[in-house]
This record gives sequence, C-alpha cells and structure tokens, in this order.
Amino acid sequence: MKHLFSGALLAAAVAAAPFGAAYAEINELKIVAPAAPGGGWDQTARSIQHVLQSDKLVGNVQVLNVPGAGGTIGLAQFVNSSKGDPNVMIVGGYVMVGAIITNKSPVDLSMVTPIARLTGEYEAIAVPAASPLKSLADLVAALKADPQKVSWAGGSAGGTDHITAGLFTKAIGVDPRKVNYIAFSGGGESLASLLGGKVTVGISSLSEYDAQAKAGKLRILGVSSAARLPEAPDVPTFKEAGVDVEIQNWRMIAAAPGITPEQKQELSQTIEKMVKSKAWTDMLAQKGWANTYLSGEAFDAQLAKDIAATKTILQDIGLAQ
Amino acid sequence: MDTFAALGQGIMVALQPMNLLFAFVGVMLGTAVGVLPGIGPALTVALLLPITFQLDPAGSLIMFAGIYYGGMYGGSTASILLNTPGESASIVTALEGNKMARAGRGGPALATAAIGSFVAGTIATIGLALIAPTVVDIAISFGPEDYFALMVLAFTTVSAAFGSSVTRGLTSLFIGLSLGLIGIDLQSGQARLSFGVPDLLDGVEVTTLAVALFAIGETLSVVAAGARADEIIEPVKGSVFMNREDWKRSWKPWLRGTFLGFPIGAMPAGGAEIPTFLSYALEKRLCKKPGEFGNGAIEGVAGPEAANNAAAAGVLVPLLTLGLPTSATAAIMLAGFQQYGMNPGPLLFATNPDLVWGLIASLFIANGMLLVLNLPLVGLWVRLLAIPRPWLYGGILVFATLGTLGANPSLVELGMLLLFGLLGYVLRRYDYPIAPVVVGLILGPLAEQQLRRALAISVGDPVVLFQSPVALTLYALSALALFGPLLFYVFTGRKAPVGSDED
Repeated sequence: MKHLFSGALLAAAVAAAPFGAAYAEINELKIVAPAAPGGGWDQTARSIQHVLQSDKLVGNVQVLNVPGAGGTIGLAQFVNSSKGDPNVMIVGGYVMVGAIITNKSPVDLSMVTPIARLTGEYEAIAVPAASPLKSLADLVAALKADPQKVSWAGGSAGGTDHITAGLFTKAIGVDPRKVNYIAFSGGGESLASLLGGKVTVGISSLSEYDAQAKAGKLRILGVSSAARLPEAPDVPTFKEAGVDVEIQNWRMIAAAPGITPEQKQELSQTIEKMVKSKAWTDMLAQKGWANTYLSGEAFDAQLAKDIAATKTILQDIGLAQ
Repeated sequence: MDTFAALGQGIMVALQPMNLLFAFVGVMLGTAVGVLPGIGPALTVALLLPITFQLDPAGSLIMFAGIYYGGMYGGSTASILLNTPGESASIVTALEGNKMARAGRGGPALATAAIGSFVAGTIATIGLALIAPTVVDIAISFGPEDYFALMVLAFTTVSAAFGSSVTRGLTSLFIGLSLGLIGIDLQSGQARLSFGVPDLLDGVEVTTLAVALFAIGETLSVVAAGARADEIIEPVKGSVFMNREDWKRSWKPWLRGTFLGFPIGAMPAGGAEIPTFLSYALEKRLCKKPGEFGNGAIEGVAGPEAANNAAAAGVLVPLLTLGLPTSATAAIMLAGFQQYGMNPGPLLFATNPDLVWGLIASLFIANGMLLVLNLPLVGLWVRLLAIPRPWLYGGILVFATLGTLGANPSLVELGMLLLFGLLGYVLRRYDYPIAPVVVGLILGPLAEQQLRRALAISVGDPVVLFQSPVALTLYALSALALFGPLLFYVFTGRKAPVGSDED
C-alpha cells in the first residue's frame, strides 16, 4: 500500500512543482479555477500558469481547483477568503454570469476586481447532413411555424447554449419560453443525439461541430460572431440572416476584492504582458481559442452589459425571476 | 489486410523501450489512483496534461492509456480487499469480492478480477480495432426513449438481484432515488432539495455515497459490535490462486460480461456502471449455486469486472471514430489529442493513423502489463487482511476520508461522507441491503433525464416510448426478468431459485 501512496504523492508533487524564476515582478500568484481539472476554466488557469512562469512574469504560480455549481462555489470562497490579497486571482467566464443568476448565488461578479477578458468561443447552430433545414432562413421559418417542433440539443439549462437559443428565438419575434430545449450533460452526448438525428438542431461552441462538419456529417447553419470567422469562412453569421444576436462564451481573469488601485494596475500590466507574449499566442492557437482580450473600463462596460442582457433573457426563458 | 498492418505498426511504436517505460509509469499511477476512492483516472490525466506537453505525443498518449486501464484494475483491488469501491464501476465487485476476501478467498477473487479484466480488455480492444465504425453507428442510433428502456431493464433486473426481501430492497432503492434528486435539475436549471446549501447544487457524488455506505458504515458496525463480533477474517484459506473449479466458474461470466460491457460502453450515454449491474443480475440468474450469491460467489466478481473493463474500451469507440467524449476520462484524453494539434473527429483515423493505432496497440500492452504486474502481487495484497482488526478499520477510515477529500476538499463533502456512513450503519443494523441505494443514485437521474428528453422531443406524446424496436425488445426482456420466475413456478410447480441475503 505504501508505494501506492508515495506514487500518488509523487504525481501530485510533480504536478505542483514550481518552475522557479529569479527576476519576476510578482513573486507568487495563486489562481483559483472554479471547476474540476480538465474543463475550460481549468485549462485556462493552467495555460495562464504555464505562460506566466515560462516567460518569467511571475515567479511561482499555483492553480487551485474549487469545483461546483457553475463556478459559484469557487467564486464564493474567493470573495470570502481573499479580500485585499494581491497574490490571488480567479478565472471565470460567461457561464458564471448565468449561474450566479439561476443559482441565486449570494456572491456575484461585482464583488471581485475584473482584470481582463482573455479568450472567447462563438456559438454555432448545426443540423445533421440529412436535415431538410438548409439555412438559417429555413430554421427561422420552422420556428415561426411551430417553435415546439424544433428541438434544440445543447449543454445544461441556463448555460450559454440555452441563452443563445433563447436570444435567437426572441430576436425573430417568437416567445422564448416556447424554446424546446433538450439539455445534455456532456458535449459528447448532445453531439451524438444530433448525429443520430434525434433532435432538430444542435447549439454549442463552433469547435464542437467543426470536425463533424468537415467530415460531411453535420451542416453548420450559422455562428454568433459579429463577422465571419477565419476558421469557418463559409458559415454566415446570425446577423447576416437578419437575426440580431451576437454572443461570445468568454473567459476572464479577475483579482480579489478590496485591492489598491496600484495593485490592480500591476496585475493588469502583468496580464497584458502575458497576452502580448508569443507563448500565449502559441497556446491559444494550440487550444483553438480566439484572442478576445479586453481590459480596463471597456471590459467593465461589456461585463455590465452582458450581466444585464443575461438577466433579461433568463427571465424571458422562465429560468429566473 | 490494412487494419492488421496498421496495428502491427502501432505495436512496433508501443514496444519501443521509451514507450514501454511510459506505459509502465501509466499503469502504476493508474493503479494507485484507482485504489484511492474519489481520485480517478480523469483527474490524474488532467493534472498530468500540462507536464506531458513537452513529451512526444505517442509517449504521453500511451501513458494515458496505461492510467486509464490501470484505474480500472486499482478500483477492483480496493473493492475486494477493503470493501471501499475506488471507482463507481467497481461498486458491484465489492459485493461478492469482499465476501470472498473475508472467507480467505481474496486470492482467487483478485485473480479472477485481473484475468477477467485482461480477457475483457483484450477482446474489447480487438473489437475497438476491427468493428468500431459499425458499433458506433448502432450506438448513435440509440435515442432517449431507447436509453430509458435500457434503464427500465436495469431497474427490473437489479431490484430482483439484491437482498432477500423485495420490500427491503425497494426501500433502499428509493432512498437512493431520493438522493439522486438533490441538486440542479439539468433540464430546467432549477435546484431541488438543496436547502440553500451551494455545495449541494451539483448533487451527491456517487463515490462519496458508495465509500460512506460500504467502508464507513461497515467500520461503524464493527465498532458497535465490539467484542461481540463473531466474524473472523481469514486472510488466506487454501490456495491464493484460482483452482480448477474457479476457472470453470469464471470463464463464461468473463465472456458474458465482455459482451454486455463493450456495446453499452460504446453508447454515448451508456457508461461503465450499467453493464456491471446487468452482469451481476445475469450471473446471479444463471448461477448453478445461487445460494452462494451474497456469500462470495466468484461469478459475481468475474462478470462485473469483465464488464467494466470492456466498457472502458467501449468508451474509446465514439472517441476515436467520431471524436465524441462520452466519459470524463475520454473528455480529458480528447484535450490531450488537441494539445498535440490533432483534430479529433471522424477524420482522426485518416489524418493521424500512426497515433490512433499506436494508442490501440498501447492498450494491448497496458493490459498485458497490468496482468503481469498484478498477478504476482495477489499474494502480497491479501496479506493486508492479516492486519489486526482495529488497525485495518482505522486504516480504511483514514483512506476513505483522504480519497474523498482529495477529490473535493470541502467540509460539506466530509459531512456528507460521515452522514452517509451513519446511514450505512443504520441500514446494516436493521438488515437493509446497501447496494440498491447506490444503484438508485446512479440510475435514477439517468432514467429521469432520458424520459424527459424523449417526451420533450415528442412534445409530450408518450407513444414515442414504445415506437422503436430496440425499446420494445428491452421492455420484453424486462417483462421476462420480472415475470420469468413466476412463470417458472406456474409451469414446473417448483419455486424459482431465489438468492440469499446480500449484506
């Protein structure tokens, strides 16, 4: 038994081993990933860790996973335990905005110090290759005829996929409460139901459908970006089809509540240096994430806008009061 | 044939000394984390991903394959010897396996688990190499209504298989079903039975419940019994290896387990738990000495162990052929693929054949390596049971708590572990079976979600549930499982063999 324990401990030690850097501006940083290892926020936190250390921007970076409830558990712990501490940060994203509202979380994003939006993924609507729906216009017509007959496969209720489906339906003048949304717990399961033709359309981030579309098994009808995307130049945007919806599943990094303006300034500069580094660009390319860096007041304004819009649509769908 | 040439090439890649070393590290790590309850292969691979980034793709994927298969082995070892299921797929193994271990038959139990896993893993990996595209087409054609029918079959067979009294079995099952309701409802996004505690929003973790009921509940029972405990644990009685009869009783369950596990594992919503339940129920039905079930029947270890390893290979079918990750570990392995610039999806076999075949070949190697490493250790493992009782149970308690807290360092989680441990004690004290509670927690939410998906897609028309031939076949099997024993009685005038007490 003993060697098993030491094996596990060794793995843990290797995983957490500091790389060490002599000339960093900040000596130590702890990044909270409010999710289990492996998910998007965890990968974001670990990518940040990797680049900050390899470029010697921060001496020692540790990632701490606090999973649960759409990130609201990690957020609550962060807000309660890190007030005024300039050496901890938290990764979060758009999903957290919705989770805070639907879970009636006692803490929200106004209680942290947002630093910057880092990456984003756009939502796509796809149908099986054999589907009679050939374009967004066909989908709009089908929704207007009978919204209940159009079943949408996506991630958990109240998440980005569900919100996008609600916004899409609302934008074409159909009651978003009538969206026949089928929630799946994992990307694999929802994709399987779409490939098997069990649902009418699928809604998820573009990268989930990309490979299947290239293999001719799915047809991507549209994406939620402002302009066409370089990785899918043939796919029209929602706006091109006259559906005024633009949404991005973004990920951000925030600092602790109650830090001084100087401390905020220093963290912002460090993050900006990281975003401009080659290591970060390479990391994004390798993960297939778009760089949607936005900081300072512009990010604060965008965040406030997103929170208000999300609240409205969740009320419209009937998931929040 | 192209497939064999490609596989041969893959085996050459996997047999390079460096890659063998990766496979070795992988299986050792996998076995270690499999033994620890709560910490599983998914978490391990996720933590290793950033480190292996610098290594070459083939080597690290081979290591991940080793961790994946190793986790399945480790889970069964802890189940059999300590009654502490390390993974949710090895819960069923604890039922008969631990009884065998206490009766001095831990050696054969571990051996049948190891050899059965090897046999099942090998057959399933061959299936993965040869018929993956066909299997995946069938698996994808399963709709929510078919999954619901599969859950109904699991409920009907399983509820008949556990415990001596139907009422007690159903009581336990309903406790599990109620626990399964806790948390955010996937379809509506609303919290149920969480009483304002944020930690409950994600529901009750299966391994937490299983470890609490099995390991902590039992520890409490032993303490409560004190000196009155008359049960003597015999570390070894007879040979530590399987005798002739063990082999004779094991080989058919291995094969049946494999044929249940591989296809169900390949289904996007199948998983590794359901085939183990079905295999246990099936073996109990087919066993010539049903009286032994509940007291350490080797078939009850051989079948489910084969089923969970075959399912582990089955999970890779949609991952490799379609790029669909259908389990936590598969999702992380997908991230691993992406890390090396591979585009996971239907074109993976065409664009990266050397890596895919290298991975499949390394599954064979990992499987063989696990057998070679584990069989000689069986004699050593069973000595664990020779530890004096207070030390043994003290160790189990520490071990169960560490594993659970390691996976999720939260006070609420610890509280749940202790509370469910008390529940386990009470259930034992009043002779209610434990396993159906866990079965209810696993199957309840699955059945509910599939039923609601099916009805939502049909806009509320229940006819959809009985339209597909697959669903109808599964319902027919359920009816047979329910009424079969009754018909048996009517036609032969004899009572159908009923299993004895489980725990």
